[in-house]
Amino acid sequence: MSKGKTLIEVEGLKKYFNVGGGNVLKAVNDISFSIAEGETLGLVGESGCGKSTAGRTILRLYEPTAGSVRFNGVDINQLSPKKMKAMRRDMQMIFQDPYASLNPRFTVTDIIGEALDIHGLAGSHAERKKRVEELLDMVGLNPDHATRYPHEFSGGQRQRIGIARALAVNPKFIICDEPISALDVSIQAQVVNLLEDLQDRLGLTYLFIAHDLSMVKHISDRVAVMYLGRIVEMADSEELYANPMHPYTKTLLSAIPIPDPEVEANKKRILLEDTASGPIGKEGAASGGLFDLDNSELVEVSKGHFVSMPKKG
Amino acid sequence: MDSNPIKVMPTPVDLTAEDFRKIGTDEKEAEVIQRESISAWRDAWQRLRSNKLAMTALIILGLITLTAIIAPWLIGKIYGYNYYSNDLLYTNKAPSSTHWFGTDDLGRDMFIRTWMGARISLIVGLAAACIDLLIGVIYGGIMGYFGGRVDEIMNKFSEILYSIPYLLVTILLLVVMEPSLGTIILALTITGWINMSWIVRGEIMQLKNREYVLASRSMGAGHGRLLFRHLLPNAVGPIIVTVTLSVPNAIFAEAFLSFLGLGVQAPVASLGSMISDALTGWLYYPWRMLFPAILISLTMLSFNIFGDGLRDALDPKLKK
Repeated sequence: MSKGKTLIEVEGLKKYFNVGGGNVLKAVNDISFSIAEGETLGLVGESGCGKSTAGRTILRLYEPTAGSVRFNGVDINQLSPKKMKAMRRDMQMIFQDPYASLNPRFTVTDIIGEALDIHGLAGSHAERKKRVEELLDMVGLNPDHATRYPHEFSGGQRQRIGIARALAVNPKFIICDEPISALDVSIQAQVVNLLEDLQDRLGLTYLFIAHDLSMVKHISDRVAVMYLGRIVEMADSEELYANPMHPYTKTLLSAIPIPDPEVEANKKRILLEDTASGPIGKEGAASGGLFDLDNSELVEVSKGHFVSMPKKG
Repeated sequence: MDSNPIKVMPTPVDLTAEDFRKIGTDEKEAEVIQRESISAWRDAWQRLRSNKLAMTALIILGLITLTAIIAPWLIGKIYGYNYYSNDLLYTNKAPSSTHWFGTDDLGRDMFIRTWMGARISLIVGLAAACIDLLIGVIYGGIMGYFGGRVDEIMNKFSEILYSIPYLLVTILLLVVMEPSLGTIILALTITGWINMSWIVRGEIMQLKNREYVLASRSMGAGHGRLLFRHLLPNAVGPIIVTVTLSVPNAIFAEAFLSFLGLGVQAPVASLGSMISDALTGWLYYPWRMLFPAILISLTMLSFNIFGDGLRDALDPKLKK
């Protein structure tokens, strides 16, 4: 998986939310990983495990509680607002809900052109229009629709608009925050193909957040499994699916539906018992759940395959 | 009974490869949108137009405004008197062809005075609503957008202001300052904006976590762009409705204050002061109370109905 040099390096990233009453929600609790240029890292986990928060904290949409995110070696959390703004051109995001991620009062031109305005990338009105049409064409939309409003498009088309918006500033790294989970299965395939196609053409690096395990396997080079705000296992996608090691990963994989009624009926689901401690609690309270993640660390068991194991000693 | 339920289909005649050709499924072609492009505003306008009650209210409001603007001037031209010219030989006369709404106890024409009063009411209502809008949107916008400590402090301040009896503040202000149109508007707006600021605050708080706002932030948008390009335009529906519904409140408050004698001073007429004046002989000269009362009721009712219709048009989800 040594596709190129490391582009993104996340180290010890934490994001706690104050939920009142002296309790904190440890949405992201000490995660570390790196992504090489041109690579796709899949991030999977159940709802509420902190995947989206992790994505947003990496983009510094939320200020992290601790840890660092280095982009090309530059720690983005240390950047001044001005430099951060410039940095945002390199890092973009595609959002989950195509109905909520487009401002209903903007036309498509304004939605896509906003990034151009913010960074002063389009000198003239005509230039801006040309660039927007170019982007629409790139994501497979009809440029004639540039003057329309988001509500006139279908879910898949809207998601394409969201992708065009992310591409407007020529980013190197895109966080795809469950970009397909709100779409029909037939449309999902189209959007995933588009994302893969764009990755090849533009040399993009993705962090692909999802809970659809089979789709993640398809698109990712490596997959990280998140549970209660931490990464419990990370490996090449083939390796992870063929040889899951952490009990949580096994549970997750056993939940993938198999399109064969007989197999599905006889399949044994592994069920998790109630978790011992959740992500909400006092600052110092245990939050590791069933697997005592507080006292675990990621250990490389075979090349590139990391599993969370109890600390020795 | 048919022993063989499976029948052999007759072979279709001579199908060759040429019969099958691709008729083109260009993806972009397939995604062409036929429907005419409609902006959110036009959509709302179409819904509003189909609401007969609201449209009637709008037309009545238009007529009232128009009459209030031109009637005093036009009647003055035709009959040669204005709202303060009196004819002491002609006091408390019933409606007639020269004095359409009759005359008051000083022989002044009620028709001109009623419409002058309506003019004052509308000016006070609209001015108060505009000032409420300006202060409320800015204050509420800041509260909602920044949240946290800023919100807490600013919200406490408006709560304290709100907890002082509004009538007390208003009357005090009118007693201390010289009663005039400006003073009334000031008195009405000193606490009137709080409601608007809360509406805006709630809307902004709800909107600021939407993904399109996050998307704009991820592109590096600043506070100004987020607030004025994304948040406020999407909160404009509730804002407009609140303004529309705060106009009748201001009109009513002005009439009430004038009724108590705290409003505009004679000879300027206000609907409230006219009703107050008419109280002394309303059994004998009912028209002196009737016309201003009808006009003020009609204005307020129309504003309320129109405001409701506007809310339904701008946010159809709220209807049920």
